[in-house]
Amino acid sequence: MPEAPPDEGPALHVEDVDVVYGRALSALRSVSLTVPHGGVVTLLGANGAGKTTLLRAVSGTLRLHRGAITAGRIRYGGTVLDGRDPVAAVRAGVVQVPEGRRVFAGLTVDENLRSGGLGLGRRAPAQVREARERVFSLFPRLAERTHQAAGLLSGGEQQMLAIGRALMAAPRLLLLDEPSLGLAPQMVYRIAEVVREINAQGTAVLLVEQNAGMALSLADHAHVLEVGEVRLAGPADELARTDAVRRLYLGEETGPETSSGTGRGAA
Amino acid sequence: MTGFLDNVLTGLALGAVYALVALGFVTIFKASGVLNFAHGSLLLLGGYLTAILHDDLGFAGALAVAVLVTAAVAGAMDRLLLQRGEQDPRTAHVQTIVTIGVDIVLVTDLARRIGGDLLSLGDPWGDAVTSLGPLTVADSRLAAIAVSALAIAAAFALFRFTPWGLSLRAAAEDAEAAALMGVRLTRIRTVAWCLAGGLAALAAVFLAAFPAPGLERTTGQIALKAFPAAILGGMASPAGALAGSLLIGLTEALVAGYQTELHVLGEGFGDVAPYAVMVLVLLVRPTGLFAAKGATRV
Repeated sequence: MPEAPPDEGPALHVEDVDVVYGRALSALRSVSLTVPHGGVVTLLGANGAGKTTLLRAVSGTLRLHRGAITAGRIRYGGTVLDGRDPVAAVRAGVVQVPEGRRVFAGLTVDENLRSGGLGLGRRAPAQVREARERVFSLFPRLAERTHQAAGLLSGGEQQMLAIGRALMAAPRLLLLDEPSLGLAPQMVYRIAEVVREINAQGTAVLLVEQNAGMALSLADHAHVLEVGEVRLAGPADELARTDAVRRLYLGEETGPETSSGTGRGAA
Repeated sequence: MTGFLDNVLTGLALGAVYALVALGFVTIFKASGVLNFAHGSLLLLGGYLTAILHDDLGFAGALAVAVLVTAAVAGAMDRLLLQRGEQDPRTAHVQTIVTIGVDIVLVTDLARRIGGDLLSLGDPWGDAVTSLGPLTVADSRLAAIAVSALAIAAAFALFRFTPWGLSLRAAAEDAEAAALMGVRLTRIRTVAWCLAGGLAALAAVFLAAFPAPGLERTTGQIALKAFPAAILGGMASPAGALAGSLLIGLTEALVAGYQTELHVLGEGFGDVAPYAVMVLVLLVRPTGLFAAKGATRV
């Protein structure tokens, strides 16, 4: 159950954002989107469309890739996030789970989870315990392996750990970058369930996915990015019915003239 | 037999001091990917400060000031000279070359100040010895082992049990993922440089104490022996640096102790021995003794 009605509490506003890498390569042009409090929004697009770039712009890690926001605003509630460092995003309650899981392989599961709270400084032990219990109730398998090195976990378990690590910072908005990447269908289904559950607990989600079927089933709103610009936007169920999305991202044939070769490969 | 034990104890004392240097060297590499070629000059700076301050402040006070100032210099070097411009791990090799420049400047200035003198650090052990059963050991060696063990244990406790240590290890695994968790990479690495500077200043005391004649302008070159220790330990592993340092210290002491038996190898083989050991270890384990294990990047 959501803790607050969707129109109360902070929302993420990305307004007309331009991002440039290395002062020359334009990666995003005038991109706008909104993630309401407690909502789920998904961002679809081919490789190189700028999905990860948008998440970097929100989480403040563009600088690590020689990128910069050259125009526009990013706000979360009352906090301005553009031009700030990742700590500002984490403190504001916006935490990103990076693409490819990126758990700390040489650290134990327990240390990985503790690292999720590093951005918040000293916290009351009760808060930390509460966050841990939430993670362990979502991912009971992690509770059995707290002393195991994270690098020895399976791909699905690593994805759970990456999400759990981010949840340790008690985010109000979770940025998920392709959580289903490289996972078995069974595990993709499990991750989708977890995202639904996290959202039901009151955390908003901005979901970047290649698996458009999964993403559109989870999201309220969807945006389609193409070469750095928003091409389509709207309620997820409406977007799922449009021909372009069905053809390009859901791999369905929409007419006799469409060749089946343009299916999933584009997504 | 007493000769052998004598050599082992000497080796442990040497190794413990090398470990102070190597541990700092490895901490810097782990935190910033930089090979700090200025480590020897930081050590010399620490020793020099202790030498000129101990008359006024007493040994303990002088050492405390030296450790703090050297830590501050190392931290400032990282902040002001190395972390300029973009935070980009690809510039680590450029920063490594900058440390060579810093080393030249620091060593030249300190050598000018020290000249041909042998400076006493005013340490309380002097040339006193203690009898341990059949062995006679210099107090300074026992102090080297005890103080190094304490400092190393404290450093390992920092790595293991503090938020800074967790941040450092997480950032060494994956800097961007650590940044996403809210780890302040610049601050973490500056603290690592400060810690390394402090440890180097502490090491200077035992490298200048009995039976060494005192602090010379060349004392900093000892850091060159901590390099093979760090490398054969696996470069980014504090535990490896400790093991490597003890191995180097024991080798050096044993080769020196039995040099009459080893004279076929020529005079002064003790100075070469650390590098010979390093080459032998790397032949068997090319990534060092304690290279990152079980780390599978997906």
